[in-house]
Amino acid sequence: MLIASEDDVILVRKAVRALAESHGFDTFATAALTTATSELTRNVWVYARRGQVLIEEVTNADRTGIRVTFRDEGPGIADIPRVLAGGFSTARSMGLGVSGSRRLVDAFDLQSEPGRGTTVEIVKWKTT
Amino acid sequence: MRGTIPILRLGDVLITTVHVELRDAVAEAFQADILDAIEKGHARGLVIDISGLDMVDTYVARILAETGRMAHLMGTDTVLCGMRAEVAATLVRMGYPMDGVRAALDLDEGLALLHELRREKK
Repeated sequence: MLIASEDDVILVRKAVRALAESHGFDTFATAALTTATSELTRNVWVYARRGQVLIEEVTNADRTGIRVTFRDEGPGIADIPRVLAGGFSTARSMGLGVSGSRRLVDAFDLQSEPGRGTTVEIVKWKTT
Repeated sequence: MRGTIPILRLGDVLITTVHVELRDAVAEAFQADILDAIEKGHARGLVIDISGLDMVDTYVARILAETGRMAHLMGTDTVLCGMRAEVAATLVRMGYPMDGVRAALDLDEGLALLHELRREKK
């Protein structure tokens, strides 16, 4: 899905919620994944203005999960440890978006290079 | 009224239900409408019902907390009511501090809490 407006943030979140619900994620896991998706999609919009979000179903043995990948070619992140620690923001937020999202999902991977862009990948497994 | 989120008056309390997506423009209009209503009507309390929100990210949380702090500067207490269980769990897990607002389970308890706060002030 393409991110090119504030409305796209809402569309991506709705798509992730619909997929989580269709796979029987409980309300807590659905809210966690939807919220992390909202944070990271909004970051693409706020910092890069343009980007891509890929929503996929993943399986591992008998587990079902959802992987969401956020990719942009925006300004990138110079100090990744600081962003992951939270409480740091260069735009209008509390700076808890990235660190908070990380706590809501089961796997979190952030790759970024200043001037080249940022890619974040998250996975949430369905609780059985 | 600038925005699309209705604000009701009950005595000297304002009641509003956030039931739509808070985009930047909607959020700004919502805050301005609330502050206008407080100023014009000398409201002593504000209840924001968020039972219709199935997700509160740090963006929405910031708007809600900011609104409470703005109202507070005008002498009005704010009570957030109806937060869903999964929303509360998510916000706490993210480490978001909801400073500047009190919370109640539902609208009835929200109104009761406002009355209590006013009794304390007297």
